[in-house]
Amino acid sequence: MPPDSSSAAAPAPDLSQSPPGLLTLFVAFAKMSLAGFGGVLVWARRGIVDQHKWMTADEFNETFALCHFLPGPNIVNLTFVFGSRLRGLPGAIAAFSGLVGPPALIMVVMGMLYHRYGEIDALRRILSGVACAAIGLMLAVVFRMMTPLFKRREVIALLIMAAVFIAIGILRLPLPAVLLAAIPISIAITYATRKEAA
Amino acid sequence: MNSDSNPVFALALTFATMSLFAVGGANSAIPEMHRVAVDVNHWLTDKQFTDVYAIAQLSPGPNVLIVTLIGYSVAGLLGALVATLAMCVPTALLALTVSRFLTRSSQSRWPAIIQKALVPLSIGLMGASGFILARTSDQTVVAVLLTIGAAVLASVTKLNPLWMLIAGGCLGFAGLIG
Repeated sequence: MPPDSSSAAAPAPDLSQSPPGLLTLFVAFAKMSLAGFGGVLVWARRGIVDQHKWMTADEFNETFALCHFLPGPNIVNLTFVFGSRLRGLPGAIAAFSGLVGPPALIMVVMGMLYHRYGEIDALRRILSGVACAAIGLMLAVVFRMMTPLFKRREVIALLIMAAVFIAIGILRLPLPAVLLAAIPISIAITYATRKEAA
Repeated sequence: MNSDSNPVFALALTFATMSLFAVGGANSAIPEMHRVAVDVNHWLTDKQFTDVYAIAQLSPGPNVLIVTLIGYSVAGLLGALVATLAMCVPTALLALTVSRFLTRSSQSRWPAIIQKALVPLSIGLMGASGFILARTSDQTVVAVLLTIGAAVLASVTKLNPLWMLIAGGCLGFAGLIG
Protein backbone atom coordinates (compact mmCIF):
# COMPACT_ATOMS: atom_id res chain seq x y z
CA MET A 1 0.00 0.00 0.00
CA PRO A 2 2.04 2.91 -1.27
CA PRO A 3 0.83 5.96 0.63
CA ASP A 4 2.23 8.33 -2.00
CA SER A 5 0.13 7.05 -4.89
CA SER A 6 -3.06 7.12 -2.87
CA SER A 7 -2.49 10.69 -1.76
CA ALA A 8 -1.67 11.63 -5.36
CA ALA A 9 -4.91 10.09 -6.57
CA ALA A 10 -6.91 11.87 -3.88
CA PRO A 11 -5.18 15.16 -3.17
CA ALA A 12 -5.38 16.61 0.31
CA PRO A 13 -8.68 18.46 0.69
CA ASP A 14 -8.37 22.17 0.09
CA LEU A 15 -9.10 23.48 3.56
CA SER A 16 -9.82 26.98 2.29
CA GLN A 17 -12.70 25.50 0.29
CA SER A 18 -14.22 23.24 2.94
CA PRO A 19 -12.69 23.81 6.35
CA PRO A 20 -13.84 21.50 9.15
CA GLY A 21 -16.88 22.71 11.06
CA LEU A 22 -16.71 24.33 14.48
CA LEU A 23 -18.11 21.25 16.20
CA THR A 24 -15.57 19.05 14.42
CA LEU A 25 -12.77 21.32 15.66
CA PHE A 26 -14.11 21.27 19.19
CA VAL A 27 -14.43 17.48 19.28
CA ALA A 28 -11.03 16.88 17.66
CA PHE A 29 -9.20 19.11 20.15
CA ALA A 30 -11.15 17.71 23.10
CA LYS A 31 -10.04 14.20 22.08
CA MET A 32 -6.39 15.21 21.74
CA SER A 33 -6.48 17.02 25.05
CA LEU A 34 -8.14 14.22 27.00
CA ALA A 35 -5.61 11.73 25.61
CA GLY A 36 -2.72 13.90 26.77
CA PHE A 37 -1.42 12.94 30.17
CA GLY A 38 1.70 14.96 30.95
CA GLY A 39 1.49 17.06 27.80
CA VAL A 40 -0.74 17.34 24.77
CA LEU A 41 1.82 18.15 22.07
CA VAL A 42 2.35 14.55 20.92
CA TRP A 43 -1.38 14.02 20.56
CA ALA A 44 -1.90 17.35 18.86
CA ARG A 45 0.70 16.44 16.24
CA ARG A 46 -0.89 13.02 15.77
CA GLY A 47 -4.40 14.47 15.45
CA ILE A 48 -3.66 17.52 13.30
CA VAL A 49 -0.99 16.04 11.00
CA ASP A 50 -1.54 12.26 10.87
CA GLN A 51 -5.21 11.72 11.55
CA HIS A 52 -7.06 14.72 10.13
CA LYS A 53 -4.32 15.94 7.73
CA TRP A 54 -5.23 19.52 8.53
CA MET A 55 -1.56 20.53 8.33
CA THR A 56 1.61 19.06 6.86
CA ALA A 57 4.38 18.13 9.29
CA ASP A 58 6.36 21.21 8.19
CA GLU A 59 3.44 23.56 8.70
CA PHE A 60 2.89 22.08 12.13
CA ASN A 61 6.56 22.51 13.07
CA GLU A 62 6.61 26.11 11.87
CA THR A 63 3.44 26.98 13.75
CA PHE A 64 4.71 25.26 16.88
CA ALA A 65 8.08 27.05 16.65
CA LEU A 66 6.25 30.37 16.51
CA CYS A 67 4.07 29.47 19.48
CA HIS A 68 7.06 28.20 21.40
CA PHE A 69 9.01 31.41 21.15
CA LEU A 70 6.04 33.46 22.23
CA PRO A 71 5.18 33.50 25.94
CA GLY A 72 2.33 31.55 27.49
CA PRO A 73 1.15 27.97 27.31
CA ASN A 74 2.53 26.78 23.95
CA ILE A 75 -0.14 24.25 23.12
CA VAL A 76 -2.89 26.77 23.85
CA ASN A 77 -1.23 29.30 21.56
CA LEU A 78 -0.89 26.65 18.86
CA THR A 79 -4.54 25.65 19.14
CA PHE A 80 -5.70 29.25 18.93
CA VAL A 81 -3.54 30.08 15.90
CA PHE A 82 -4.52 26.84 14.18
CA GLY A 83 -8.25 27.28 14.78
CA SER A 84 -8.18 30.81 13.45
CA ARG A 85 -6.36 29.75 10.28
CA LEU A 86 -9.15 27.33 9.47
CA ARG A 87 -12.20 29.29 10.54
CA GLY A 88 -11.21 32.68 11.86
CA LEU A 89 -11.93 33.74 15.40
CA PRO A 90 -14.90 31.35 15.86
CA GLY A 91 -12.59 28.50 14.82
CA ALA A 92 -9.98 29.64 17.32
CA ILE A 93 -12.57 29.74 20.09
CA ALA A 94 -13.99 26.32 19.13
CA ALA A 95 -10.57 24.65 19.10
CA PHE A 96 -9.52 26.41 22.32
CA SER A 97 -12.76 25.41 24.08
CA GLY A 98 -12.19 21.79 23.05
CA LEU A 99 -8.60 21.82 24.24
CA VAL A 100 -9.22 23.50 27.58
CA GLY A 101 -12.91 23.01 28.45
CA PRO A 102 -13.26 19.26 29.12
CA PRO A 103 -9.94 18.82 30.99
CA ALA A 104 -10.64 22.00 32.98
CA LEU A 105 -13.96 20.47 34.07
CA ILE A 106 -12.08 17.35 35.18
CA MET A 107 -9.64 19.60 37.04
CA VAL A 108 -12.53 21.34 38.85
CA VAL A 109 -13.95 17.97 39.90
CA MET A 110 -10.50 16.96 41.15
CA GLY A 111 -10.31 20.26 43.02
CA MET A 112 -13.68 19.60 44.67
CA LEU A 113 -12.59 16.11 45.71
CA TYR A 114 -9.29 17.48 47.01
CA HIS A 115 -11.02 20.10 49.11
CA ARG A 116 -13.40 17.55 50.57
CA TYR A 117 -10.97 14.67 51.11
CA GLY A 118 -7.55 16.33 50.92
CA GLU A 119 -6.98 15.99 54.64
CA ILE A 120 -7.39 12.20 54.56
CA ASP A 121 -4.03 10.74 55.42
CA ALA A 122 -3.94 8.10 52.67
CA LEU A 123 -4.68 10.70 49.99
CA ARG A 124 -2.01 13.04 51.36
CA ARG A 125 0.53 10.20 51.18
CA ILE A 126 -0.48 9.25 47.63
CA LEU A 127 -0.21 12.84 46.41
CA SER A 128 3.21 13.20 48.06
CA GLY A 129 4.43 10.16 46.13
CA VAL A 130 2.93 11.41 42.86
CA ALA A 131 4.54 14.81 43.39
CA CYS A 132 7.99 13.24 43.90
CA ALA A 133 7.66 11.27 40.66
CA ALA A 134 6.29 14.30 38.77
CA ILE A 135 9.27 16.40 39.89
CA GLY A 136 11.55 13.67 38.55
CA LEU A 137 9.78 13.86 35.19
CA MET A 138 10.30 17.60 35.08
CA LEU A 139 13.99 17.23 35.92
CA ALA A 140 14.29 14.72 33.06
CA VAL A 141 13.00 17.39 30.66
CA VAL A 142 15.49 19.89 32.11
CA PHE A 143 18.40 17.47 31.58
CA ARG A 144 17.25 16.66 28.05
CA MET A 145 17.16 20.36 27.19
CA MET A 146 20.55 21.01 28.84
CA THR A 147 22.40 18.22 27.05
CA PRO A 148 22.82 20.07 23.70
CA LEU A 149 24.18 23.14 25.52
CA PHE A 150 26.82 20.99 27.25
CA LYS A 151 27.67 19.14 24.04
CA ARG A 152 28.21 22.39 22.15
CA ARG A 153 30.11 23.86 25.13
CA GLU A 154 27.82 26.90 25.17
CA VAL A 155 29.35 28.32 28.34
CA ILE A 156 27.53 31.65 28.17
CA ALA A 157 24.15 30.01 27.68
CA LEU A 158 24.85 27.72 30.63
CA LEU A 159 25.83 30.72 32.77
CA ILE A 160 22.62 32.55 31.84
CA MET A 161 20.68 29.40 32.66
CA ALA A 162 22.38 29.14 36.07
CA ALA A 163 21.78 32.82 36.79
CA VAL A 164 18.06 32.48 36.04
CA PHE A 165 17.89 29.36 38.21
CA ILE A 166 19.50 31.17 41.16
CA ALA A 167 17.46 34.36 40.74
CA ILE A 168 14.13 32.52 40.52
CA GLY A 169 14.70 29.27 42.41
CA ILE A 170 16.89 30.44 45.30
CA LEU A 171 16.59 34.22 45.61
CA ARG A 172 12.85 34.00 44.72
CA LEU A 173 12.91 37.23 42.75
CA PRO A 174 9.75 38.16 40.79
CA LEU A 175 9.64 36.62 37.31
CA PRO A 176 8.93 39.83 35.33
CA ALA A 177 11.92 41.63 36.86
CA VAL A 178 14.27 38.72 36.19
CA LEU A 179 13.11 38.26 32.61
CA LEU A 180 13.18 41.97 31.76
CA ALA A 181 16.88 41.83 32.65
CA ALA A 182 17.68 38.37 31.30
CA ILE A 183 15.90 38.46 27.93
CA PRO A 184 17.77 41.50 26.48
CA ILE A 185 21.09 40.16 27.78
CA SER A 186 20.50 36.72 26.31
CA ILE A 187 19.33 38.09 22.97
CA ALA A 188 22.31 40.46 22.75
CA ILE A 189 24.76 37.64 23.47
CA THR A 190 23.06 35.25 21.07
CA TYR A 191 23.11 37.92 18.37
CA ALA A 192 26.77 38.79 18.98
CA THR A 193 27.99 35.20 19.00
CA ARG A 194 25.94 34.47 15.90
CA LYS A 195 27.66 37.30 14.01
CA GLU A 196 31.08 35.90 14.88
CA ALA A 197 30.14 32.48 13.59
CA ALA A 198 28.80 33.82 10.31
CA MET B 1 -7.53 34.18 51.90
CA ASN B 2 -5.56 37.37 51.74
CA SER B 3 -6.61 40.85 52.67
CA ASP B 4 -7.44 41.70 49.07
CA SER B 5 -11.15 42.46 48.93
CA ASN B 6 -11.64 40.80 45.55
CA PRO B 7 -9.64 37.60 45.04
CA VAL B 8 -11.17 37.00 41.59
CA PHE B 9 -9.78 40.29 40.34
CA ALA B 10 -6.43 39.45 41.90
CA LEU B 11 -6.46 36.09 40.11
CA ALA B 12 -7.23 37.70 36.76
CA LEU B 13 -4.51 40.30 37.08
CA THR B 14 -1.95 37.84 38.45
CA PHE B 15 -2.33 35.20 35.77
CA ALA B 16 -2.81 37.58 32.86
CA THR B 17 0.47 39.27 33.77
CA MET B 18 2.22 35.99 34.47
CA SER B 19 1.23 34.43 31.15
CA LEU B 20 3.04 37.19 29.26
CA PHE B 21 6.24 36.23 31.10
CA ALA B 22 5.77 32.46 30.82
CA VAL B 23 8.77 31.90 28.57
CA GLY B 24 8.87 28.26 27.45
CA GLY B 25 5.39 27.35 28.61
CA ALA B 26 3.40 26.77 31.76
CA ASN B 27 6.00 24.71 33.63
CA SER B 28 8.42 27.65 33.47
CA ALA B 29 5.91 29.78 35.35
CA ILE B 30 5.61 27.43 38.32
CA PRO B 31 8.15 29.31 40.49
CA GLU B 32 6.18 32.51 39.89
CA MET B 33 2.88 30.75 40.63
CA HIS B 34 4.40 29.45 43.87
CA ARG B 35 5.76 32.89 44.79
CA VAL B 36 2.42 34.58 44.17
CA ALA B 37 0.08 31.88 45.52
CA VAL B 38 2.10 30.73 48.55
CA ASP B 39 4.56 33.49 49.54
CA VAL B 40 2.76 36.69 48.58
CA ASN B 41 -0.99 36.01 48.82
CA HIS B 42 -1.04 32.93 51.10
CA TRP B 43 -3.73 31.37 48.90
CA LEU B 44 -2.17 27.92 49.41
CA THR B 45 0.30 26.29 51.78
CA ASP B 46 3.53 24.75 50.48
CA LYS B 47 2.03 21.26 50.81
CA GLN B 48 -1.20 22.28 49.05
CA PHE B 49 0.82 23.75 46.20
CA THR B 50 2.75 20.51 45.59
CA ASP B 51 -0.53 18.57 45.93
CA VAL B 52 -2.10 20.78 43.29
CA TYR B 53 0.91 20.21 41.05
CA ALA B 54 0.60 16.44 41.54
CA ILE B 55 -3.14 16.49 40.74
CA ALA B 56 -2.52 18.55 37.60
CA GLN B 57 0.09 16.06 36.43
CA LEU B 58 -2.26 13.13 37.09
CA SER B 59 -5.02 14.70 35.00
CA PRO B 60 -5.23 14.90 31.20
CA GLY B 61 -4.93 18.13 29.29
CA PRO B 62 -2.39 20.90 28.89
CA ASN B 63 0.03 21.57 31.79
CA VAL B 64 -1.33 25.09 32.11
CA LEU B 65 -4.46 23.75 33.82
CA ILE B 66 -2.65 23.85 37.17
CA VAL B 67 -3.95 27.44 37.23
CA THR B 68 -7.52 26.08 37.06
CA LEU B 69 -6.88 24.27 40.33
CA ILE B 70 -5.21 27.27 41.93
CA GLY B 71 -8.13 29.45 40.84
CA TYR B 72 -10.62 26.93 42.21
CA SER B 73 -8.81 26.83 45.56
CA VAL B 74 -8.93 30.62 45.81
CA ALA B 75 -12.42 31.45 44.61
CA GLY B 76 -14.36 28.32 43.63
CA LEU B 77 -15.82 27.84 40.14
CA LEU B 78 -15.55 31.49 39.17
CA GLY B 79 -11.95 31.52 40.30
CA ALA B 80 -11.20 28.43 38.20
CA LEU B 81 -12.76 30.01 35.12
CA VAL B 82 -11.11 33.40 35.56
CA ALA B 83 -7.65 32.00 36.29
CA THR B 84 -7.80 29.67 33.27
CA LEU B 85 -8.93 32.37 30.85
CA ALA B 86 -6.49 34.93 32.26
CA MET B 87 -3.58 32.55 31.77
CA CYS B 88 -4.61 31.51 28.23
CA VAL B 89 -6.35 34.31 26.37
CA PRO B 90 -3.85 37.24 26.40
CA THR B 91 -0.95 35.17 25.04
CA ALA B 92 -3.24 33.34 22.59
CA LEU B 93 -4.32 36.70 21.15
CA LEU B 94 -0.68 37.78 21.02
CA ALA B 95 0.22 34.57 19.16
CA LEU B 96 -2.65 35.16 16.75
CA THR B 97 -1.50 38.72 16.03
CA VAL B 98 2.16 37.76 15.58
CA SER B 99 1.30 34.78 13.37
CA ARG B 100 -0.52 37.11 10.98
CA PHE B 101 2.56 39.32 10.61
CA LEU B 102 5.13 36.55 10.52
CA THR B 103 4.19 34.60 7.45
CA ARG B 104 6.52 32.07 5.91
CA SER B 105 7.63 34.58 3.28
CA SER B 106 9.31 36.76 5.88
CA GLN B 107 12.96 35.76 5.91
CA SER B 108 13.75 37.59 9.13
CA ARG B 109 16.22 35.72 11.30
CA TRP B 110 15.07 37.45 14.46
CA PRO B 111 12.54 34.77 15.42
CA ALA B 112 15.32 32.17 15.30
CA ILE B 113 17.68 34.37 17.35
CA ILE B 114 15.04 35.15 19.96
CA GLN B 115 14.04 31.51 20.18
CA LYS B 116 17.66 30.45 20.69
CA ALA B 117 18.16 33.16 23.30
CA LEU B 118 15.12 32.00 25.26
CA VAL B 119 16.28 28.37 25.54
CA PRO B 120 18.67 28.86 28.50
CA LEU B 121 16.05 31.00 30.23
CA SER B 122 13.34 28.37 30.02
CA ILE B 123 15.74 25.63 31.17
CA GLY B 124 16.75 27.74 34.18
CA LEU B 125 13.08 28.42 34.97
CA MET B 126 12.09 24.76 34.74
CA GLY B 127 15.06 23.79 36.88
CA ALA B 128 13.87 26.33 39.45
CA SER B 129 10.36 24.80 39.24
CA GLY B 130 11.75 21.38 40.08
CA PHE B 131 13.87 22.80 42.89
CA ILE B 132 11.03 24.72 44.51
CA LEU B 133 8.64 21.76 44.39
CA ALA B 134 11.35 19.35 45.62
CA ARG B 135 12.07 21.54 48.66
CA THR B 136 8.58 20.69 49.94
CA SER B 137 8.17 17.17 48.58
CA ASP B 138 11.54 15.52 48.87
CA GLN B 139 11.93 15.46 52.64
CA THR B 140 13.02 11.83 53.03
CA VAL B 141 15.70 9.66 51.45
CA VAL B 142 13.09 7.45 49.76
CA ALA B 143 11.36 10.53 48.33
CA VAL B 144 14.64 11.79 46.86
CA LEU B 145 15.37 8.34 45.43
CA LEU B 146 11.88 8.27 43.87
CA THR B 147 12.45 11.65 42.22
CA ILE B 148 15.88 10.60 40.93
CA GLY B 149 14.52 7.24 39.78
CA ALA B 150 11.68 8.88 37.83
CA ALA B 151 14.14 11.36 36.28
CA VAL B 152 16.48 8.57 35.17
CA LEU B 153 13.68 6.32 33.87
CA ALA B 154 12.13 9.19 31.92
CA SER B 155 15.54 10.06 30.46
CA VAL B 156 16.62 6.61 29.31
CA THR B 157 13.30 4.85 28.50
CA LYS B 158 10.18 5.61 26.49
CA LEU B 159 7.97 4.47 29.37
CA ASN B 160 4.67 6.36 29.60
CA PRO B 161 5.16 8.98 32.36
CA LEU B 162 1.76 8.08 33.79
CA TRP B 163 3.18 4.76 35.05
CA MET B 164 5.85 6.59 37.02
CA LEU B 165 3.22 8.85 38.59
CA ILE B 166 1.14 5.80 39.52
CA ALA B 167 4.23 4.05 40.94
CA GLY B 168 4.94 7.18 42.99
CA GLY B 169 1.35 7.17 44.25
CA CYS B 170 1.66 3.51 45.29
CA LEU B 171 4.92 4.15 47.16
CA GLY B 172 3.26 7.10 48.85
CA PHE B 173 0.20 5.05 49.78
CA ALA B 174 2.49 2.39 51.27
CA GLY B 175 3.79 5.12 53.58
CA LEU B 176 7.33 5.11 52.18
CA ILE B 177 7.49 8.79 51.20
CA GLY B 178 6.61 10.32 54.54
